[in-house]
Amino acid sequence: MKVLVPVKRVIDYNVRPRVKADQSGVDLANVKMAMNPFDEISIEEAVRMKEKGLATEIVVVSIGPAQAQETIRVGLAMGADRGILVQTDAAVEPLAVAKILAKIVESEQPGLVIAGKQAIDDDSNATGQMLAALLGWPQGTFASAVAKDGETLKVTREIDGGLQTLALQLPAVVTTDLRLNEPRFASLPNIMKAKKKPIDVKSPADYGVDIEPRLSVVKVAEPKKREAGEKVADVDALIAKLKSVGAI
Amino acid sequence: MAVLVLAEHSNAALNDVTAKTVAAAQAFGGDIDVLVAGHNAGPAAQAAAKLAGVRKVIHVEGDVFDHGIAEAIEALVVPMMAGYGAFFAPATSIGKNAAPRIAAKLDVMQVSEITKVIDASTFERPIYAGNAIMTVKSSDAKKVITVRGTAFQAVASTGSASVETAAAPAGPFKSAFVSAEIAKSDRPELASAKRVVSGGRALASAEQFNAVILPLADKLGAGVGASRAAVDAGYAPNDYQVGQTGKVVAPELYVAIGISGAIQHLAGMKDSKIIVAINKDEEAPIFQIADYSLVGDLFKIVPELTSKL
Ligand SMILES: Cc1cc2nc3c(=O)[nH]c(=O)nc-3n(C[C@H](O)[C@H](O)[C@H](O)COP(=O)(O)OP(=O)(O)OC[C@H]3O[C@@H](n4cnc5c(N)ncnc54)[C@H](O)[C@@H]3O)c2cc1C
Ligand SMILES: Nc1ncnc2c1ncn2[C@@H]1O[C@H](COP(=O)(O)O)[C@@H](O)[C@H]1O
Repeated sequence: MKVLVPVKRVIDYNVRPRVKADQSGVDLANVKMAMNPFDEISIEEAVRMKEKGLATEIVVVSIGPAQAQETIRVGLAMGADRGILVQTDAAVEPLAVAKILAKIVESEQPGLVIAGKQAIDDDSNATGQMLAALLGWPQGTFASAVAKDGETLKVTREIDGGLQTLALQLPAVVTTDLRLNEPRFASLPNIMKAKKKPIDVKSPADYGVDIEPRLSVVKVAEPKKREAGEKVADVDALIAKLKSVGAI
Repeated sequence: MAVLVLAEHSNAALNDVTAKTVAAAQAFGGDIDVLVAGHNAGPAAQAAAKLAGVRKVIHVEGDVFDHGIAEAIEALVVPMMAGYGAFFAPATSIGKNAAPRIAAKLDVMQVSEITKVIDASTFERPIYAGNAIMTVKSSDAKKVITVRGTAFQAVASTGSASVETAAAPAGPFKSAFVSAEIAKSDRPELASAKRVVSGGRALASAEQFNAVILPLADKLGAGVGASRAAVDAGYAPNDYQVGQTGKVVAPELYVAIGISGAIQHLAGMKDSKIIVAINKDEEAPIFQIADYSLVGDLFKIVPELTSKL
């Protein structure tokens, strides 16, 4: 079974994003970028499936600028086999990403797509579900455990209130949650090997997908600032304060 | 332009977030119909009919709706959308799972987790873990929206809408329910609790989390939350996670215990009315947003606080 893993290049999760003064967006100039953390979890899961003999080939796909090649290389160094970069400097919304991925699925015919549950920049939490709908595939979102059982995939999902397990008929889309696994660090020899793995470079037009955004950004503003309050000396002082403001 | 609102419910009762999603739909404008898809969901449909501002409730019965299977919700809603200009769902695990499928089928870019309706095509939503608030204008003819419940005031239960029934989609679907592990608890539900007590990595074990955090929560009548670190380490169940990729809460009182205050955690609680932080590190970032900061060892402070309340 071939596994397709879409990965997004995003701001590193340790960086505190700053809004641009003209409110046109978040300042990404000279900011450390990295693979979306959920996508590292997706790669790790695919590599583990390959190590168990459940997956035959892992294809990493990114839609983004030329530098997204680096993000794909991280996936290749973790154990994926080859990459596809759909290169564009435009901001591509989840709907258009899903449409491009659907075209790639048509030509690559994977048995499984493992996406992240959410990109930590746009926080949309939409692409995997959109792709599943466009393909008419079942989905196992927010996965914390995945087990292949013949032609079905058992996916345990993190839902409000607890956990739910679904049996999906393959092919299917899975989106990963934080507890699915702990991604490995790529070793130096694997990073070297990854440099030789192939990356195909395409454009959105190659797939005939219109990536014109449907949502136009009116502005991007700072959230309301919350001021630090006061230090209280001890438990009695805390209780007195909470009583004085009617919180208890 | 009419709005279809997906109800979140437990069949026997309506979840509070439904009334908040209706409030967002009211701000959007137009007639509001509420879809209650469930299994023995009569009581939830009756409760939805009482929500102020609702034109009618559409009640659909089917066992697939017991488990919120996304394909079934998609199959039900997509044809119905011929009669609606917008679909609003709460940004819960069910809404987040199903709404993007509906959007893709309608060829619409979903606006995820809105916190404000500005007009019928313009919305505010947090991005980058709430470090920026984006205002977007949608050019799609139909809107598909998920709603962050904490940003809207629930509508009152003063209405009396009619209840219609509709047929469930036939299926079969390519995903089948296998099992669920849902913890039963008498504590208030985290997302809608008036008070929340959350514990972090500092609790160091599930036993200590239970021994230190739960008695304080019970004293305060609070819901219980946790940081990602505490959940990853198994000190607390996964659905306790508060944050960018967990639950978003905005209670009257939020008590953060042994939590450092990473941006991903703050994203889920910084709109709380009053924040109390207890941490032994004077420099912990959580103190930068706390109203009341208590520096010290939680294993001494929290039991003392619990006993003195
Ligand atoms: C993609 C992604 C998504 C994430 N999503 C979330 C999310 O939704 N929610 C979330 O919470 N995190 C999330 N995180 C993780 C986040 O970055 C932090 O790692 C996490 O919040 C840290 O948890 P913590 O504060 O409990 O642990 P730590 O950062 O280790 O903090 C523990 C704190 O306890 C204090 N302490 C230790 N002992 C004591 C004591 N005896 N008494 C008092 N204080 C003590 C320490 O001073 C320290 O400040 C996410 C991370 C990523 C990469
Ligand atoms: N530009 C992109 N290129 C590749 N994959 C993407 C892209 N955008 C989103 N994805 C995938 O979709 C997931 C969810 O993203 P989102 O719907 O934007 O929150 C990510 O974790 C990726 O797996």
